[in-house]
Amino acid sequence: MTIRLGIPSKGRLMDKTFGWFADRGLEMRRTGSEREYAAEVDGAEVELMLLSAGEIPRELAAGRIHLGVTGSDLVQERIPAWDQTVEIVAPMGFGHADLVIAVPKCWVDVTSLDDLDAVAAAFRARHGFRLRIATKYHRLVRDFLRGAGVADYQLVDSQGATEGTVAHGNAEAIADITSTGETLRANHLKVLDDGLIHRSEATLFRARGAVWGTAERAALADLVARIGAV
Amino acid sequence: MSDKATLRAEAATLLARFEAAGAQAVETDLLQPAETLLDLYGEDIRARAYVTHDPDRGEMMLRPDFTVPVVQMHMANGADPARYAYMGEVFRTQAAGSGRPSEYLQVGFEVFDRANPTRADAEVFALFSDVLSPYRLRAVTGDIGLLLAAIDTLTTTTPRKAALRRHIWRPRRFRALIDRYTGRAPVPLARAALIAAAEGQGASALVAAAGPEIGLRSTAEVEARIATLMEDAKAPPIPPAEAEVLGVILSLKAMLPDACEQLRDVCVDLPGLVPAVDRFAARMEALDAAGVDVAHLPFEASYGRTTMEYYDGFVFGFLAPGRPDLPPAATGGRYDALTRILGAGREIPAVGGVIRPGLLAQMAEGGAA
Repeated sequence: MTIRLGIPSKGRLMDKTFGWFADRGLEMRRTGSEREYAAEVDGAEVELMLLSAGEIPRELAAGRIHLGVTGSDLVQERIPAWDQTVEIVAPMGFGHADLVIAVPKCWVDVTSLDDLDAVAAAFRARHGFRLRIATKYHRLVRDFLRGAGVADYQLVDSQGATEGTVAHGNAEAIADITSTGETLRANHLKVLDDGLIHRSEATLFRARGAVWGTAERAALADLVARIGAV
Repeated sequence: MSDKATLRAEAATLLARFEAAGAQAVETDLLQPAETLLDLYGEDIRARAYVTHDPDRGEMMLRPDFTVPVVQMHMANGADPARYAYMGEVFRTQAAGSGRPSEYLQVGFEVFDRANPTRADAEVFALFSDVLSPYRLRAVTGDIGLLLAAIDTLTTTTPRKAALRRHIWRPRRFRALIDRYTGRAPVPLARAALIAAAEGQGASALVAAAGPEIGLRSTAEVEARIATLMEDAKAPPIPPAEAEVLGVILSLKAMLPDACEQLRDVCVDLPGLVPAVDRFAARMEALDAAGVDVAHLPFEASYGRTTMEYYDGFVFGFLAPGRPDLPPAATGGRYDALTRILGAGREIPAVGGVIRPGLLAQMAEGGAA
């Protein structure tokens, strides 16, 4: 038990993670009762830690776990200079979701970031404040819009039911995760043609800042050989 | 690395120089209301400043610069004209692993004076040049006002000029706009389709068919923009020769007298630029009269375009030669528009700048090593 691997503690993400490792010959199972956050893995020098998916980026950044499974969106949003702090060991091919910018369907004049920028300028001149974009992905959205040269907007924090903020008058546009677009359509929103900020999927990450002695490196090499990752 | 007490003493010496030049020393709060700064700078400032929460006053920022609070103080109860000096910490978050300090001293000097803005530009630059002369820095100057004037001379519509002015700070989008307006880049397919549809069935029918009106941006606003886009589609392209001249101006880099000559040449094609070039020439004379060696003072037309959004006239920086890794040790410029925005209906020509004593010390150490 030399390296610590953090995996999501519940739901489909946990089941699919178990399945992904099982497909590669690593059986994982929960130990104790259904409510106990403990698990073990057969035949590998790995200590399993069941954690909330949202806490895994923090644990990776702090180096308290050597490896972690979580959405790439959460890692990129929560860890500053994420690629200097963690390394992608393997994209896992499930948990797909797109972080996108969406605007009201009735904005027939807006299909691109170009349009959004022009509308933001006109909106600010008319309403006296910056066009509001509701999101919980502040860092990703801000970096994306800066790169695209969009000005005159502001981000408003929304930790849930983000698609409803426009109808409620709390925002003019949103940036949120969607997998099928169903919820967006139901809320009379549409995605901008060039509004894809990040294509997220469940990913196995390695924490660069964890303790990597000889034993840990050997355990990692063994694990990587077994799961067939680069 | 110099310790804080040493740096503070050096900053106090700089402050004394500014006071000796006629400035009144002022203090500002460390905690600034976030709303004003966010409204002024946009979301980018949230990424660069420390935001904290006050249970009563809402979001507050640890002072990211002095200019805004000093302008606010002046607009509220300042004498006219006025000269201010200040020193203190500003706070900026830095990229992970950059090693740059997130808390550092600034010493600044600001002039609010209606009488002769050109002379005020020269006064501020000459003072900085004099105060910084022991450090052997490389000075560079620019003129955002010249770029704004160049946009104004283009043969095109008012909305197009406004869009170019707005994006002067974002060179990539600025170039994309120029490509669109000169016809080098095609009209986006979706926009062409929208215009065709609006011409066919009318904008109102188009909007009505698209779904319920949600959010603050009204159907009338959507229709107004469609009308703007239809107008814009009819606008003739900016003549390629004019776009080329604009390109020449934006990439101009020369010593001041040479730059002035080149700008005079440009005026043959763009007579509308004459007043701005006259101001440029007058400033050069004022700098010369203030004892600045203008023959060896570089002008870079695009200087300040990516970093100094509130400046709208003369801009300057002092950099350490051979240290491109360090930010400028001093920067400044003219920000008349900022006083208008913060002045609630009043405005006053203003110019000023700041020095970072920490960087001066770092450069001195680097030079000695």
